Amino acid sequence: MAAHIPLAPVESSTEARIRTLAGDLKQQPGALLPILHAVQDTFGYVPECTAAVLATELALSRAEVHGVISFYHHFRTRPAGAHVLHICRAEACQSMGSAALERDIKQLLNIDYHQTTADGSVTLEPVYCLGNCACSPNIRLDDAVHGRMTLAKTERLLQLLKEGQA
Amino acid sequence: MTRLYLSCDSCALSVGADELAQALTAQLGEQIDLQRTSTRGMFWLEPLLEVDTPQGRVGYGPLTAEDLPSLLAADLLNGGDHPLCIGLVEQHPYLARQQRLTFASLGHNRPLAMEDYAAQGGWSGLQRALNLSPQQIVDEVKESGLRGRGGAAFPTGIKWQTVLDAQAPYHRGFDEAVKFIVCNADEGDSGTFSDRLVMEDNPFQLIEGMLIAALATGATRGYIYLRAEYPHAHRVLQQAITLAEQQGYLGEAILGSHHRFHLQVRLAAGAYICGEETALLESLEGKRGMVRAKPPLPALEGLFGQPTVVNNVISLASVPLILSKGGAHYRDFGQGRSRGTMPLQLAGNIRQGGLVEVAFGVTLREILYDFGGGSASGRPIKAVQIGGPLGAYIPPAHFDTPLDYEALAAVGGMVGHGGIVVFDDQADLGQMAAFAMEFCALESCGKCTPCRIGSTRAQEVLARIRQGEDAEDNLALLTDLCDTMEQASLCALGGMAPYPVKSIVKYFGEELHSVSQTPSAGGQH
Repeated sequence: MAAHIPLAPVESSTEARIRTLAGDLKQQPGALLPILHAVQDTFGYVPECTAAVLATELALSRAEVHGVISFYHHFRTRPAGAHVLHICRAEACQSMGSAALERDIKQLLNIDYHQTTADGSVTLEPVYCLGNCACSPNIRLDDAVHGRMTLAKTERLLQLLKEGQA
Repeated sequence: MTRLYLSCDSCALSVGADELAQALTAQLGEQIDLQRTSTRGMFWLEPLLEVDTPQGRVGYGPLTAEDLPSLLAADLLNGGDHPLCIGLVEQHPYLARQQRLTFASLGHNRPLAMEDYAAQGGWSGLQRALNLSPQQIVDEVKESGLRGRGGAAFPTGIKWQTVLDAQAPYHRGFDEAVKFIVCNADEGDSGTFSDRLVMEDNPFQLIEGMLIAALATGATRGYIYLRAEYPHAHRVLQQAITLAEQQGYLGEAILGSHHRFHLQVRLAAGAYICGEETALLESLEGKRGMVRAKPPLPALEGLFGQPTVVNNVISLASVPLILSKGGAHYRDFGQGRSRGTMPLQLAGNIRQGGLVEVAFGVTLREILYDFGGGSASGRPIKAVQIGGPLGAYIPPAHFDTPLDYEALAAVGGMVGHGGIVVFDDQADLGQMAAFAMEFCALESCGKCTPCRIGSTRAQEVLARIRQGEDAEDNLALLTDLCDTMEQASLCALGGMAPYPVKSIVKYFGEELHSVSQTPSAGGQH
């Protein structure tokens, strides 16, 4: 029978998990970006309490941590939908009609960039180059790049998502 | 059993290579030995399936799983003829006319097979470097004439010399007087993918290049700063580093010598400015990617204040060959002050997009028509943008310009990282001018005023010109603003964002004055 152990000061599980993630990485110099990636990979976004927790862990000011989170496009401070769809807006894709594709996909999903569909399934984001510029236009659905895209192909991918096959 | 080859590069995957592989295995099972190799860099043909025949490899592409029945009916496994057959791959003019030095292995290796890397001559540059003094290695690179392939074109050997000569102070965090090799893998320019090709298709070549740089300068630690938009390259690099560590190429006592080198990948976070070397260093230190004023040079006070080599992926990947075959061998390609080869990347509205590695000096017209086969849409080519979002738009009148650093600069352009984005006659270049400044405003780090404010003001002025509002006065204002940004910005982002705009004003001035009816460029679907 274990003795009664007094509880540590109350801390939300989110804060505790961020502290654990930081603990694994903070010894290496310049650890803030790797930690923020770990936080976003874990939660799907960077929760609001992150700046305060990491400021303590890394002996930085909250402003410094907040400044880093807000500087980089990759870090999101609100939860995304179940899937993230990036549309490439860079020049090579534009030369192959990505502006029209972009307009059509927005219409199809009935959302603009940085928004999530009403059913929470897809968040739409712009991206500037996926490095597949010889097969433009390109989109990225979660971690997979899809080249030579059309609206019809996008619809098919989204349909597969719905059926849980993508 | 017939041996087949299919790329596992992310370009091939993006157009269905895995689905094709599954269908092949399902239908042919034991009859085939399907090898997943690096790509050939002929991306319009992906997924490109190659079949081993007594005459050599016969290629078929671009394929989908639906093509399989007709391919099998055409005796695919014996290299039979088919509408999608391209014949012997090695003899395809697109490949036969290239001078592949840095990308010699493409199509011949499985990216993570160390035995394939060694069979392609891998590690021989490192072996030689281990028997040379640091100064001898630097001299070999100087001899090659290699200039930074990231875009700035600074002589690599001179950069290495500065780091070799620098005295590293003791660093408490690393508990040594450390020097660094930093690989800039933040390949953000639209129209470029050669860094990605090295990392996904031949990752050990980059590792070997970084090792040689470390031996040359006395560096003991390295980072690959990789853009977050390349998840596939990230996975491949991580595995390659682990394999190289296991085989004694990385870590302590490299190949039994007294040298040590620790390498890790650091993921960027989607900021274009971090491709600028000082912003990159700030980011690696865990800060906002704000540009530093130079001096001090990163070579002297770089990452964490220590002497640091910052080189692009292609620069580093060029080094193993320079060491194994000698600087003179590399230098003998190219012309004038542009030595060696340039991996050009043909992208956008082009029929045959892909990687074209050729010696400096080939003309733009040869690249666009002989290699590229004209536009993908079949319409006339109106302009090409070379060197990424900060590069000038070049009109057909200058298509006979040879591609080398100096010749392109003479017509207001730049080689940059070698990306060539093609636009057909339906493209709205007025819109592209506006986009250039929109992109600069979005990606400006905000440290210097000309870039931070200038890019937003330029967008507003361009909008007024496009709406015909005091067009002449506004054009004068735009020119003035572009001059200010060019002269007074801290780094190349603000300093070069005016290039595309000024080239459109100069060569396509009439397009600035009308807001087109279509939202943007054309292109076939």
